[in-house]
Parts: sequence; structure tokens; C-alpha cells
Amino acid sequence: MPFIANTDADRQKMLDTVGVKSVEELFSDIPAAHRFPQLGLDRALSEMEVMRELESMAAKNASASNSAWFLGAGAYNHFIPAAVGMLATRGEFLSAYTPYQPEVSQGTLQAIFEYQSMAGQLLGMDAVNASHYDGSTALAEAILMAYNQSASRHRILIPAALHPEYKDVLRTYFEAFEVELVEYQGLPQDGLKMLDDQTACLVASYPDFEGRIQQLAGVADAVHAAGALFIVHADPVMLGLFKSPGELGADIVTAEGQSLGNAMNYGGPFLGMMGVTQKLVRKMPGRLVGQTVDGKGRRGFVLTLSAREQHIRREKAVSNICSNQGLVMLMTTIHLELLGKHGLKKVAELCWNKSHYAAEQINKVGGYKVAEGQFFKEFVVKTPRPAAEIAEKLERRGIVPGLPLSRYYKDRTHELLVCVTEMNTKAQIDLLAQALAEVGV
Amino acid sequence: MNLQPEKLAYELSSPGRIGVVLPECDVPVTALPKDMLRDNLPLPEMDELTVVRHFTRLSQKNFSIDTHYYPLGSCTMKYNPKINEATAALPGWRNTHPLVGAEFSQGAIELMFRLQKELNLIGGFVAGSLQPAAGAQGELAGVLMIRAAQVARGQSQRTKMIVPDSAHGTNPATCTMAGMSVVQLTSDADGAIDLEALKAACDDTVAGIMITNPSTIGVFERNMKEIADIVHAAGGLVYGDGANMNAIAGIVRPGDLGIDVMHYNLHKTFSTPHGGGGPGVGYVGAAPSLAEFLPGPIAVQENGKYLMRMPKQSIGRLKAFYGNFAVLVRAYTYVRMLGEGGLRKMSENAVLNANYLKARLEKTYPVKYPRRCMHEFVAMGNIAEGVHTLDIAKRLIDYGFHPPTIYFPLIVPEALMIEPTETENLETLDAFADAMLKIAEEAKTNPQLLHDAPHDTPVGRLDEVGAARNPVLCYRS
Amino acid sequence: MNIDKNARYAVSHEYALKSGDEIITGISDHAQSALGDIVFVELPAVGKTLKKGETFGVIESVKAASDVYMPMGGTITEVNGALEGDPALVNREPHAGGWLIKFKPADPAEFDALLDAAAYEVEAAKE
Repeated sequence: MPFIANTDADRQKMLDTVGVKSVEELFSDIPAAHRFPQLGLDRALSEMEVMRELESMAAKNASASNSAWFLGAGAYNHFIPAAVGMLATRGEFLSAYTPYQPEVSQGTLQAIFEYQSMAGQLLGMDAVNASHYDGSTALAEAILMAYNQSASRHRILIPAALHPEYKDVLRTYFEAFEVELVEYQGLPQDGLKMLDDQTACLVASYPDFEGRIQQLAGVADAVHAAGALFIVHADPVMLGLFKSPGELGADIVTAEGQSLGNAMNYGGPFLGMMGVTQKLVRKMPGRLVGQTVDGKGRRGFVLTLSAREQHIRREKAVSNICSNQGLVMLMTTIHLELLGKHGLKKVAELCWNKSHYAAEQINKVGGYKVAEGQFFKEFVVKTPRPAAEIAEKLERRGIVPGLPLSRYYKDRTHELLVCVTEMNTKAQIDLLAQALAEVGV
Repeated sequence: MNLQPEKLAYELSSPGRIGVVLPECDVPVTALPKDMLRDNLPLPEMDELTVVRHFTRLSQKNFSIDTHYYPLGSCTMKYNPKINEATAALPGWRNTHPLVGAEFSQGAIELMFRLQKELNLIGGFVAGSLQPAAGAQGELAGVLMIRAAQVARGQSQRTKMIVPDSAHGTNPATCTMAGMSVVQLTSDADGAIDLEALKAACDDTVAGIMITNPSTIGVFERNMKEIADIVHAAGGLVYGDGANMNAIAGIVRPGDLGIDVMHYNLHKTFSTPHGGGGPGVGYVGAAPSLAEFLPGPIAVQENGKYLMRMPKQSIGRLKAFYGNFAVLVRAYTYVRMLGEGGLRKMSENAVLNANYLKARLEKTYPVKYPRRCMHEFVAMGNIAEGVHTLDIAKRLIDYGFHPPTIYFPLIVPEALMIEPTETENLETLDAFADAMLKIAEEAKTNPQLLHDAPHDTPVGRLDEVGAARNPVLCYRS
Repeated sequence: MNIDKNARYAVSHEYALKSGDEIITGISDHAQSALGDIVFVELPAVGKTLKKGETFGVIESVKAASDVYMPMGGTITEVNGALEGDPALVNREPHAGGWLIKFKPADPAEFDALLDAAAYEVEAAKE
């Protein structure tokens, strides 16, 4: 029996101490008719066998390790230095619990504090929590915060070009509330016209699902003048180069942190980032670590402001969140420290240059047309044949060219969302353009 | 433990240092929109070795399962097998993408399909979803499913959930997030659900009940079937909080006892690491009454192909994509290694270990509800004048043990909630019991030792009041 | 336990003290002592009208958060801004500088229905 140390002799000794004859006796509270059922599980495997089985299953997936990868749309193929995984999977981090006992959790607590500090700079916010399940739930909880600010404001303005799965998550989260989710087309500036005294917040996506970067200057003032909050959902890699949402007047910023040190992992675990202004700190959900001192004046870190949380406030808590994405956040912390001030900027520049080069090359291919407008690392291409057909053909050749938009929008059959990061070489980009040319005719 | 103070990354930073060299740009440069760029990005600047030492030293300031015994009640801190990490790190999982299309991710969907099947069999459910990213999200799924089912039955006036006073704080918090109000049910003298009080609480405004079984005091609700019958007869549905699944997996199927929907935490019972606070997975299993309302998409098999499908009346998505997939790989690895016999042995040993520790400690640390326990028990720490549970917890650290869960559940004063788990050997259990008994003596002979504890840690007890009054939440130079 | 003889009390431990035609409300010395070190006080917006028994704010200590309730119905005229920077005022001087709100009562007669100091002392001693 794996992972159990005690022998029958040990168990006998323990049963004697407890004063029962058999282990079965310990379960006498469970109705006899339902006790010890046959479950019908698969046969147990040894470590050797289970590895073999999982290796063969894993090999059935297309992987960025053996393909030219241009698929993003919310999950991104970015470089992760070797030290990130090596350090984060140390048993002392991996097998520790939530740091409720600060004296024996300073490692985890200080790492969270460093995360809060760096993420605060990146997002341009006063306080960042640690953490949410992913970008979509961070955004949902940010909106919930805005909604809870005032009893009379139930209108939520979201961009039509928000990630479609994020919109699904918002619908699930707000199903039970009197929330009116209203989509605005185009720029956040266009959304301003829809502000009224019932509006709790306006959400901007920076960039949006189709990769477009929008000018956010001036939006915050108009939103605030209407008494609403301005929420920005951002790509944290882009923020290595571009103005932070905080600088642009956002009250709450959310982001998907997967791009910062975490593999794509078929969609999870990811990292929901959330930052707020000083004014909103005590209304923010999630864990927060604060700096303090012990009786001897030594610096230390503790979980703080926990009166907001479920274990104290129960039904009046700001959220039910407890387990979050601790380890994922640790990887992001290590990643940001390795990349540092210059590294993240460099990654963002590589994404910018390579994606613009790719757009130019693809635009030269007959029948393909890249969408107008400013973009960061993703852009939409109009295709001469159904994009899903093109994608499938290319995937068979080891090129994953992007996301056919028909996956989410039935009528957008001839559009492909292409993502280019620092991981793509010029040779791969040229190969993509050439392959598109070949299958486009 | 590493007792030396560790500087913050910003204090280790030196201008011009770099930790990662990135490749030269191999394409022509495109001009940037200058007016949209930031002036400065104040992140630390460190070389790789400095970062490596920094995090290695930080790790040495933690207790963890790999280094210390962790009898933390309701958290199931069992050993996290290393094979889990090896299987989860396979590039075919790590470097694949949720939108690559079913045909190119057959292995990933197959893994989810198989894991769903095993978990459904363990719980006695007809269907399950792996979407919820943690226990709290599994709870949210469950309560939203109950709400949706009541609305579908034309019972939208049912907006209340019954929650026992022994419940974890997430239960009432979840009800609020699902737009429901909470009716709190007072436990009976045994710490169990009071059937008469339950009957009185059930009316046509009640959507259902949230019940933790085994309960938070570590005992099995003997009347589980009756409780479910009462709630069902009144038109309600039963939500099971599977926080304590480690006592009953392979022993009894919750679905057989009338539970309509239940979550269990793969980061507890199914051995995936806690990671200092996640990521987890809160699988939800459902009886036929609620199966079509599960969050999705979920993995299905059709004509020999694996696909992701949304259940017909699904409450929708709870997060983008399919759940914390890499955690699923670990849990699947574990389930496959245990098999049916191993799973039952797991629960049996967890329950035996708890009863053993209880037998060794209950004369010294009174147990408020002294019935036979399941995988954990709740003792009390007010064993000497002026000594509190907090003091005992902190003194345990000096003996090299992570403290049990303290001050929970709320219905037990000075609670010490002890969950030994099945992966600890008899010597470790004995060493822990010996330390607890030694501390009880110290509490009488030298209580100051307890008040000042812990003594040999990187920091002593911290000023939490100061931290909360004037929060310092990020580095200030 | 310090009890202000001039004030009246609610069973939920708030006091009401007459000041002209307004009422000053805070929590009793007994209540602040039970809560422990107070770290944050959340107070309502001036101008808000609340009924007797409705929640007007939250007092947080490190390990607990307690709602505070209107001892009488009324309209908030002032909140104690000093608590933002120094919530411990509620611990140090609950009946003086640590007051929470001032309000104009809707029905001044509700004052007489509250417990007087002697009755409150008996009530508080039961806990």
C-alpha cells in the first residue's frame, strides 16, 4: 500500500490503545447498509506503470515544445527561466499550508509581500491581493466590489470585445444578483455615453480580446464624474512597456498573471491578479500580507485585514475565497525577480517587434488581411478560407497558427486570432506566413 | 529553520544586475507609440544566484509537510507524493493550450474524463465537474446549482439555505455570493444536527441545506439519511461539504445517503500539494437531481473521441477554460496508484490514527463531544489557569510540530482541531502526543514558557494589531 | 467596568447620550474590552436615516468584526473622523473621544425605552 507507513503490528498496538478490536469497528456510526461499498475503480498501478500511462496520454496533445506556436487568446506561451520551477517546487514551499502560523511561515509570507510590492508597481496600484483563481474570477470579484459600493448602482458596462469566456464567468457569478451587464461596442470612450446614476463601474480591457490596445487617457475622469468606478483588465506583460492602468486613473485593476512565469497547462492553474487604490483596500477580497514587527523589534510578515474574510465575517464576508493560487503566485514572484526591471521590458519589446513583423509578413500573403489598429502581441487576420480549416491543416504540419474566431462567434468564420511572443523565432514566423500562403489558395 | 533575517528583494537589488539574458531581436524593429509608454518600471535588479539564494533561504523559514509534522485539522495535510510532480511536469501537459481543439488535446480530455469517472464512483454520483478552482468555488457551484434547480421547478421563492452553526465560514459566505440568505441551525448537545430544529426550519422558502459530513467536530452525522429525507420532503436539496472526505472515501458513498451535490478538495483527500495556499480543485459531484446543472464544460466520450461539453442546464463557467488542469494530473496519478483497496486503506488509517491520538490525549485535553471520531477530533486547550489554546499552539512549534487548527469550529471554546492523516507513522504520532503531554505539564509548572513561545523561530509572535491598524502592504524605500 | 451614568444603553452594548437635540452614540466600555484591540471602524455617511436596531457600522479587531446598531432611529449628522487615524480611541475612551456617531433622533421618546446605567450594568454582568 503506497504512502502509508504503519504495519499491521503498528495498527494492532493502536487498536489496543483505542480499545477496539478492528478498524471496521471505528466506522460503526455509518449505516451498515451503505458501509464498505464496491466502487468499481480501476486497478491500482505502481509508480512505474502510472508514469508510463501518463506519458502516453500526455503525448497525444499538441504541445508548444514541438510545434510553432501562435495560439494565445487568454493563455500564453512565454519564456520561463529554469530557476522558477526549481525554486518553487522546493518541498518547503510546495507542501506548506496557507501561512496562518506566521512564525513558521515567514518564507511564504515574505514572498507574498514581495509579490504584492512588485505587482503593485506593475499595475500601478496601492495594494494587490494574493490572489484569485484566474483573470476571469479576479474581474468578476472586482465588479462585485464595485456593485457592493452602492445599493442603487447595478449597471455594469463591459466591453463587447472582452474575452468570451470571461463574459461567461461574469454571467455565472452575477446570475443571482440584480446586476445588469451591458456591453459597449468599440472604445471605452464609446462606453462613456452609457454611464448613468445607476452605473456601478465601467470595465476596459487593455488590450481587448482581439489584441487591440486602446487609449485610456481621460476615461477615468469621466467615469468618476458619473460616480462610478473604473476597472481595467490588463495584460501584465504589456505593462512591462506600456503605462500602468493605475497611472491612467483606474480604481481596480485585474490581470491574468499566467504569462509571468507559469506554463499554459491546458488552461490552469493560472493567476488572478487584483490591485486597488488605497481607498478600496478594506473592501478588497482575498488574502493580504502586511509588514510588522515581533516583540524584539524584528521585521516580520503576517496575514492582515482578515476581518474582511469568510472565516471571520461568514455571510457578511466580501467573498468566500480561501484557497487561492499560492504556488502560482510564488512562481510569478520568482519570475519577476529574475526578469527584473529590464527583463520584463525586453520581453514586452520582443513581443511587440515580433508580432508586428508577423503581421506585416502575413499581410503580404495574398488573400489574408490583418485588422487595422494598434495592437500589442495579438491581432486578427481575415482569411481566404474558413480559419478553422486552415488551422487544422497547419496543426497537422506542426504549426498552431492561432484561434479561429468561429470557436466563439459562429458568423466570424474567416478570422484567425494570431499571437506572437518572444518565444517565436523569425524562422517560425516566416514558416507561418509561407504555410498560410500554401493553404490559402 | 533558517533564523537569519532575509532582506527583501528590493533591498538585494543593485542597478544594472540582470537575472535572465533574453535573445537578441531577430526581426526589424517597429516604432512604439511613445505617448502610451510608461516612464519607469521599478522592479528589483538581481543576478540569478542572488535570486536562487534568496528563495532558498526563504524556503528554509517555512514549516512544510516535507520537513515537519502538520496535524492541521480540516486541512488534511497528508504527504504529497513526488510522482505527482513528475507526471504533472510532462511537457505534453505543461505546454499545451486549452483552445488547441479537442482533436489535438485528446490526452488532456481523456485524463479529465477518467478522473471524473473515478471521483464520481467514489462519491456515488452520476456526474461531476472538475471546473471549480478550490473548495470555496465548489461550494459556490453547489449552491448555484441548487438555486438553478429550484428556479427550474418554479420555486424561485426558495432563497434560503440552512447552515449549521458548526459550519466553516465559507458556507455562509458562499450563500451570500449565490444571492441566498442563511438560516443558522444550532447544533444539539452532541454537536450534531438537531432534527427537530431542522424540521422547524424547513418551509417553502428554503432551497436546501449545506451539511459537512463528517462534521467539523470530526464525527459522522449518524442521521444523515433522515436529514436528507426531511429536507427533500420539504422540497429542499442537500449540499454536502466534502472538506472531510479523507475519512470516508472508499468507506461510504455520500450519494447513497441522499446528498444531491457535493464538493471535495483534490488538494486535501487526493494528495495534491497545498502550495502555501493553493492552487486547489473543488470537484463537484451530482446526483441525477442536479447533474444537468453542473458547471462546465465537462469531459465526455462520444464515438471513441473525447470532447468537452456543457451540461444542458449548466450554471455556466466558473473560470476561464477547464479548471486547474495541472492539479488534476496530480490527483489522477494518486487515484490510479491507490485503486479501490488503497483508497479504503487511506481512510481507515486516517481514522485509526485520529482515534489513537484522541485516546492518548483526551484525558489531558478534554474533548467536548467525546464520541468516537472520524479522521480528526476537537480538543480544548484551556487546561491550566491563564493558559490558552494559542499558547499551546505556539509552544508546539518549539517541539518541531506545526500547530493544529485553533479556535475552529466556533462551537467549541478554545478549540484545538487535530487531524493526523494516514501518511504519518506511529513514531511520529507518539512524538506528537508526547510533546502535547509535556506541554500540558509545562502549562502548570512554567506557563511563561508557553506565553513566550515560540522561542526558536525566525520571528516571535508578531504585532498583528499594528499590522491591521496601519497596514504596510508593499515595500517602501 | 466604566459606566457613564448619564447615558442610556442598548442590549447590544451601544450607548446613547443626549447632547442638545442630538444623540451621541458609541460602544460601552464593557463592549470595547470584550472586542480587544480595535483596528478599524467603518461608519455611515452623514445624512443617512436608519431605524432603531439597524446596523450603522462595523468595528474590527484583529480576530473579529462586529456590527454596531442604532440604539434609536434617526438621521446621522456627524461621524467621528478621528477614528480613521486612531481607532484605538474607542478602546482608550469609549465614552469620550471614542464616540462613533451623532444623530438627530426620529422619536426622542425611544431614549426612555433604553436601559439606564444600573440596568445595563446588570445586563453586561450576565455575559
